Amino acid sequence: MSAAPLIEAQTLSVSVGQHQVCADLNFTLRPGERLAILGRNGAGKSTLLSVLAGLRPPDTGEILLGGTSYAELGPRQAALRRGWLEQRHGDAFASTVLETTLTGRHPHLGRWDWESAADAEIARRALRAVGLADLEQRDVQTLSGGERQRLAIATLLTQAPPLYLLDEPLAHLDLNHQIAVLELFAGAARDNAAGVIMVLHEPALAWRYCDRALLIHGDGRHELGPVRDMLTAEHLSALYQHPLQAVEIDGRIGFIPR
Amino acid sequence: MPSSRRALLILTSLGLLAGLSIGLALSVGSLRIPFPDVVAALAGREVAGIDVVLELRLPRALAGFACGGLLALAGALMQVLLRNPLADPYVLGISGGAGVGAMFAILLGLPVLGIDGLAFLGALGAMFIVFGLAHGDGSWTQTRLLLTGVIVAAGCGALVALMLAIAPEHKLRGMLFWLMGDLGQSGQWWPPLLALGVALLLAMPFARELNLLARGLMQAQALGVAVNRLRYAIYLLASLATAASVTTAGSIGFVGLVVPHLVRLATGNDQRLLLPASVLAGGSLLVLADTLARTLIAPQQLPVGVLTALIGVPVFLFLLSRHQR
Repeated sequence: MSAAPLIEAQTLSVSVGQHQVCADLNFTLRPGERLAILGRNGAGKSTLLSVLAGLRPPDTGEILLGGTSYAELGPRQAALRRGWLEQRHGDAFASTVLETTLTGRHPHLGRWDWESAADAEIARRALRAVGLADLEQRDVQTLSGGERQRLAIATLLTQAPPLYLLDEPLAHLDLNHQIAVLELFAGAARDNAAGVIMVLHEPALAWRYCDRALLIHGDGRHELGPVRDMLTAEHLSALYQHPLQAVEIDGRIGFIPR
Repeated sequence: MPSSRRALLILTSLGLLAGLSIGLALSVGSLRIPFPDVVAALAGREVAGIDVVLELRLPRALAGFACGGLLALAGALMQVLLRNPLADPYVLGISGGAGVGAMFAILLGLPVLGIDGLAFLGALGAMFIVFGLAHGDGSWTQTRLLLTGVIVAAGCGALVALMLAIAPEHKLRGMLFWLMGDLGQSGQWWPPLLALGVALLLAMPFARELNLLARGLMQAQALGVAVNRLRYAIYLLASLATAASVTTAGSIGFVGLVVPHLVRLATGNDQRLLLPASVLAGGSLLVLADTLARTLIAPQQLPVGVLTALIGVPVFLFLLSRHQR
């Protein structure tokens, strides 16, 4: 693969208050690649992801999207190059599901443009993809946690960036929807050469749906490598500070807490 | 997402409502002038009562419309800025600051221009104090902004109460009317109307970005909004709009809180429609309320702020109960 990297982190250091999340992190993500971020609660996974999304500044180091920094891009151009799935969704005001999905079109529209029929079609396709097509006129404030999460994913699909940064995309979802969402982004990576970085809690799903894993240990150390090297019982037991046992069924790996 | 046709329909109806409310304000009063005569007077023809229409009622109606529009616009902006449906133009202490300035001016016995001037200075003072304190360490969060505003407003309230307590008897009535909101003493009609036009023109290009801001700061930024710049601009704009209104007519309550909600219940929360619709609805409501205020128990005049609340509360409760099903 010789494609230009979608995102490139150079000597990145991130901390929250006194807590060091990572130091001297370097990686590149090319089209079609999927990276999982794993770590214990409070390790700083979400913070790191928001730094990668350009929403908070790193302590040191630089992030380049297709060779250009966030400062040079400005928020609008950045929104055309990466999408970010927020972990919490709060709706202070009433709004329909379709309206909320259409917010994803914002970076594609000029200042005076209204969403066109084509934009609405893109939004409806995204709603169908997450199984919310029947709810398009529902008020977002009446949705369940899982439905709200799928709506956020539909909004992100409507934004249609080449790079997806997903903060716990599986939160609030039941098993069938977890797999459906992961398949959705796997399809985007395979068919549209999208890059995906996601914060996950389930190592088995990371193993199955990602190429590489970034382990955040919570004390400033990190490990990065292919999933088959990173997601081993040994590494994960150290990461979660709890003994885990790997089991293999039909070529798929699972990890059982002892 | 309202279609452009629906938006146009709503704005046209509200425009008609605004025209009717101003027409009514020109027609009724101690001297009742028939509608055709009002139209004739506006067209410049000589009719009985033309002086009353053009010299007294028209400036007052226009000032009222401008103040109502400014308050509704500022309220809608503040609700987005603070992501809080209960925010109103006064929540960040602007009217408190203006109140302190106005009370001080009345206490000193300054003329109308002095009262207006000090009220405006007070509003600006409160705005900068809140901004400075809330922005102090650069965090500039919604909660911090809201708390700072509420505290500054409380401080201003105490100062106002202090001045009321030490004011001589014959000045109390004027002070109370100012505090309750009163269009009777407003000076010029064109400054607030100009302010309204400029404020709406400045806000409209950012309407879609405001839609995103209402959904959360990080989310808006991720979707391409320059969040910090937009928030400073909206804070300034809403504050200045509020200051312009408060300077003209005192702190008229309720319009800024309720009108955006009324409009939202009817049209949804798209700022591209909400902002102009709020301006028209707020202006109309205040003109109607002021017409009632000066005719209900004429020749005695009521402070219009009392009327806006008396009209707004039942209408709001009705819409709310209908909306919940």
